[in-house]
Amino acid sequence: MLRLLKIYVPLALFGVFLLLPFLWMLLTTFKSNQELLNTPNPFWVFHGTFSHVTDLLTQTAYLQWFGNTLFVAVASTVLSVFVSYITAYAIIRLRFPGSEVVSTAIFLAYIVPPAILFIPLATIIIQLHWFDKLWALVPIYATFLVPFCTWLLIGFLKNIPRELEEAARVDGASNIAILWRIIFPIAVPGLISAAIFSFTLSWNEYLYALVFMSSSGNKTVSVGMTSELIRGDVFQWGQLMAGALIGVLPAILVYFFFVEYYVAGLSGSVKE
Amino acid sequence: MTSRAPLLARLDSPRVLGYLLITPAAIILLGLLAYPLLLGIWLSLTTATIGKTGEFVGLQNYATIFADPIFRGAALFSVFYTVCAEFGKLLLGLTLALLLNQRFRGYRISRALMLLPWVAPTVLSALAWLWLLDPQFSALSWLLIRLHLIHSNIDFLGSGWGARFSLIVVNIWRGLPYFAIGYLAGLQGISKDLYEAAAIDGADGWQAFRRITWPLLLPITTILVAFSSIFTLTDFQLIWTITHGGPTDATQVFTTLAYQRAISGGQLGEGAAIAVSPIVFMVILAYFVVRSVREK
Repeated sequence: MLRLLKIYVPLALFGVFLLLPFLWMLLTTFKSNQELLNTPNPFWVFHGTFSHVTDLLTQTAYLQWFGNTLFVAVASTVLSVFVSYITAYAIIRLRFPGSEVVSTAIFLAYIVPPAILFIPLATIIIQLHWFDKLWALVPIYATFLVPFCTWLLIGFLKNIPRELEEAARVDGASNIAILWRIIFPIAVPGLISAAIFSFTLSWNEYLYALVFMSSSGNKTVSVGMTSELIRGDVFQWGQLMAGALIGVLPAILVYFFFVEYYVAGLSGSVKE
Repeated sequence: MTSRAPLLARLDSPRVLGYLLITPAAIILLGLLAYPLLLGIWLSLTTATIGKTGEFVGLQNYATIFADPIFRGAALFSVFYTVCAEFGKLLLGLTLALLLNQRFRGYRISRALMLLPWVAPTVLSALAWLWLLDPQFSALSWLLIRLHLIHSNIDFLGSGWGARFSLIVVNIWRGLPYFAIGYLAGLQGISKDLYEAAAIDGADGWQAFRRITWPLLLPITTILVAFSSIFTLTDFQLIWTITHGGPTDATQVFTTLAYQRAISGGQLGEGAAIAVSPIVFMVILAYFVVRSVREK
């Protein structure tokens, strides 16, 4: 009984606070427009409907935005994890002159927020003729993914015992062979951690996509929803929440598949 | 062996291979991060507009913005927003971590669910909050009326202070899981022996927390707060989605104002000055982060 009061009641309060917006998306998605404005109890669906979902998928460019977000998230994740792995390997294992400086510079790069960079980046993007080109988001997202993943992988590679590669070196393996054949397979859990964080961070990105993409066909889910589904003062809440729900799902699915990697990665980022 | 062997061998030396392997990261980070950072500072010293490079005017943009009450309001609210939100995240995150640190049935699923606000795209959950805070159809108002706490709907976002506190609550909502997980990792690193020794000496729960738990969590607290402050101080997504800086600039922060002046208004120089100005705070915060990380 005491346990119930001391653990489960406060935990339930946290649960309500933290999960409320998701519950709200779910309920709103399946309510008819009339029920959204007039209901005896907003926390229940009395007349369920799929019309918001079907309208969203057939009458707006939502599917296109969803595909765009997926493309950018996957491509920037692949690029960033690859680049970060070879960078982290070089810093930790090769110890070339200046590797300490590089490692500090990468950490500093990690704490430069996009909010400081988006204005000068906009002028660079225009000069490079990258404006309104979806793939341009891939190298741009790498600017915050590479520092994060490299930092995470440095922590991970540090803990791999050196004996393994020394044995391989005695057998005449080159550094490149060690990078790919010996360390890579052991580093897989670290690489998965880096990849899921990258995917989540890219899926979440808003400012760069908002500033650098302009035509509807190149927008991501977050940008498309806020710039095209919200028009004037009339909010189509059913459609908006359906879009939010579907847009949240990929991040949540990836998360639930790899939840232990998330927790380990987050805890590690604090401890390292 | 062919003649390629010496070349390959040279490529494989730690020095050459090392520089080769960091080249892709160097290109990305120098070209799209370091250069824009310097360019941003340069732009803030010019009259650049979209499409025009403008001319060097020294600190004139800074003089203009510091004389601008909207900028001063934005700077003040950025700091207020950060301080309040960090305090809330610290308090609630630590409470949640202490709860989760007790072994109980449903521990893993609770921990997994609690992280959702941090995982879900901020703009999308901010839209759900916008709808929850609706002046007419807010489910929160409905609930509070049912609980007899209020009599009529609250217009959460209609007044300046209402909007400010709503945004702080939503920011705490999004950031507290990060604090909770960080603190949970910290708590799990504290040896049980310490608490047993304290119990033998007759210390109660609160004394044990004050004398053992909190001092040992201080280094993690520094990292969590400094780190989270950097990104709260430059938050854009939440505020832009929920209030756009309104009502009448009440919730304007550095980032939203910079966006409006530079991107919507085309005044790149002035916008860059606004975007660059929080760097003063960031350098201080970055110093704390780097120092704590070094100590570990």
